[in-house]
Amino acid sequence: MATASLDTTATLLRIATAGSVDDGKSTLVGRLLFDSKSVLSDQLDAVERVSRDRGHDGADLALLTDGLRAEREQGITIDVAYRYFATANRSFVLADCPGHVQYTRNTVTGASTADVVVLLVDARKGLLEQTRRHLAVAALLRVPHVVVAVNKIDLVDWSKERFEDIAADLRAAAAALGVADVHAIPVSALLGDNIVDRSVNTPWYGGPSVLELLEELPSADADAAAAAEPFRLAVQHVVRPQSGEDRFRDYRGYAGQVASGVVRPGDEVVVLPKGTRTTVVGIDTADSLAAGLDTLPQAFAPQSVTVRLADDVDVAHGDLLAAAEGAPVPTQDVVATVAWLSEKPVAARQLVLLKHGTRTVKAQVREIAGRLDLDTLDRHELESADTLALNDLGRVTLRLAAPVPVEPYARARRTGAFLLVDPDDGGTLAAGMVDG
Amino acid sequence: MTATTLEGTMATTSLSLLDALESEAIHVIREVVAELERPVLLFSGGKDSMVMLHLAVKAFAPAPVPFPVLHVDTGHNFAEVLAFRDTVVDDLRLRLEVAKVQDWIDDGRLKERADGTRNPLQTRPLLEAIEQGKFDAVFGGGRRDEEKARAKERIFSLRDEFGQWDPRNQRPELWNLYNGRHRPGEHVRVFPLSNWTELDVWRYIARENIPLPSLYYTHEREVFDRDGMLLAVGPVSQPRTAAERASVRTEKVRYRTVGDMSCTGAVLSLAHTVDDVLAEVATTRITERGATRADDRMSEAAMEDRKKEGYF
Repeated sequence: MATASLDTTATLLRIATAGSVDDGKSTLVGRLLFDSKSVLSDQLDAVERVSRDRGHDGADLALLTDGLRAEREQGITIDVAYRYFATANRSFVLADCPGHVQYTRNTVTGASTADVVVLLVDARKGLLEQTRRHLAVAALLRVPHVVVAVNKIDLVDWSKERFEDIAADLRAAAAALGVADVHAIPVSALLGDNIVDRSVNTPWYGGPSVLELLEELPSADADAAAAAEPFRLAVQHVVRPQSGEDRFRDYRGYAGQVASGVVRPGDEVVVLPKGTRTTVVGIDTADSLAAGLDTLPQAFAPQSVTVRLADDVDVAHGDLLAAAEGAPVPTQDVVATVAWLSEKPVAARQLVLLKHGTRTVKAQVREIAGRLDLDTLDRHELESADTLALNDLGRVTLRLAAPVPVEPYARARRTGAFLLVDPDDGGTLAAGMVDG
Repeated sequence: MTATTLEGTMATTSLSLLDALESEAIHVIREVVAELERPVLLFSGGKDSMVMLHLAVKAFAPAPVPFPVLHVDTGHNFAEVLAFRDTVVDDLRLRLEVAKVQDWIDDGRLKERADGTRNPLQTRPLLEAIEQGKFDAVFGGGRRDEEKARAKERIFSLRDEFGQWDPRNQRPELWNLYNGRHRPGEHVRVFPLSNWTELDVWRYIARENIPLPSLYYTHEREVFDRDGMLLAVGPVSQPRTAAERASVRTEKVRYRTVGDMSCTGAVLSLAHTVDDVLAEVATTRITERGATRADDRMSEAAMEDRKKEGYF
């Protein structure tokens, strides 16, 4: 019952898992859901019924992650599915990314919002090309933490040596790719060893279980806060009540979500791309206004707030508020790594829309510098290419119709990211990460 | 809202679960108003739509909510929920549009189903209301934890000019960059509560003191058994078989969801307050829809099929 009451200290962690059908990913996810008691009896009944219908012995936990009819009919997983489970201290949003790693579309999507990527390695097979590619995607998207479950450890007789060999390979691969933080855990997803509780079968392993580790890892926002990233906020909406209570008659605030850093009243900021310099005089939320506060003492990522500025400056939807010191310089020329997500390929000279923060501008693909190979990402080699197609990674130069305050993705995961959008049908063409 | 949140804000630079979910939902709601021309919020007076409306109020404070609300009335709604809906709309001075399934049945455009449930009949009145209102963004209270088809849906989910959802051709959704672009005649459904669970919704209702229709809390009601559910004895849900008639009795119940009376089940409950409900939800062993929605029990893909047609 203690977990039922309002627990103000509970936090949220976003996880992405990736892998193919055979490596036990569905079993691991099913096990996390089942052992954290996030599967309720009617769902379990349904799984048992379907397992019986399909001639399995007992409940196949992998069926808990079964999705759409088309997927069941074809025995495949088409798309990222979102799962939810919780412990007393933390709730988890898990983006379950299917399929073979050539579907970078799915893995890039899942990794873009993840605090942690969870990968599986078969202890009998060790690090495969697929694992290295998943590590490469985590490195590319700058996911702060990677957890590798070395699965089926029971099938190698709970061998410490086997586990340590794989862990050493993993650390080497992660270091070459620039993965910030990697953890290896010996597990049996099928038997439940080291998933929730620590296993008695791996006495030589002194580390946490998968769930214990997931409960402790800091979120990406907490990491960013610790790194003291500079303040950025993309303005979504200008709040001007113009009626209602007298005290709000002249209210004018700029609503948006803090993308990084901390902002306090008195801070000097610039309004980009114009570059107007001004001072923050107040930070509001509905709660602070209702409590009669003049301002909040501060706001930090990822809070949604409304910021008031000292001067009567021109600020609109699409502008970026940035700490005056070290503010990005708006540019019309962008060099970026893109993950191509659309079935429509791209060639040089193509016109697209670029969405960065809350601003969308016209853009032209000036040049395709080349294609990147996940297998050789650590060597930064470009393979020459005239076009990029679905699931390709490539380096492009873009010319924008108006200046946009982009930053290198390596430094700023929010303000270094953008989408390319099809001007004709509005479809999402690519995920972009600014180089630099 | 509580003083603890404000104090917490001063002391720390990390968000609690509820604050993180609230911030994400407010960001989504503001993004729709920034990027799309004519949003509308689906509002039934149920708990998820109350939470969504509360978030919309907070997103634009101290300015008013800049869009109207739309209710698809099955004609099988609980009277107290409709009265509650009207009170909320009046208090916030919102514009309410109601699309009535009954009108469509009366003039023959829709036919009553043999099983009497009207949930599947809501799709066409909903789509017509969207078309007539020229709405290009429709906020829904759907959550991914509710159902496996919903687990695959985007926060911004494109509908074609026939209102259809194509689960195999969804836009990838990256970072917090949402893409609401669409061609004329198409619209986007937007689900700000995508990442909330039933327990999160109740925790938030408790924290924010959000009022709800009384039937979410324990009350005495005449009920009968059908297909393992407790249905209210009422004008649209009468016991049909001898066994159903024999099971009629008065129980202390509450509802976990409010919908069409003819297919929404009650659960036995003594939960008087939101804290009682929280304790109950945290320890329940049955999902919200499994406990209370006959329509989702029809087949493994009932929700998926309805969603493809343009359902909520």
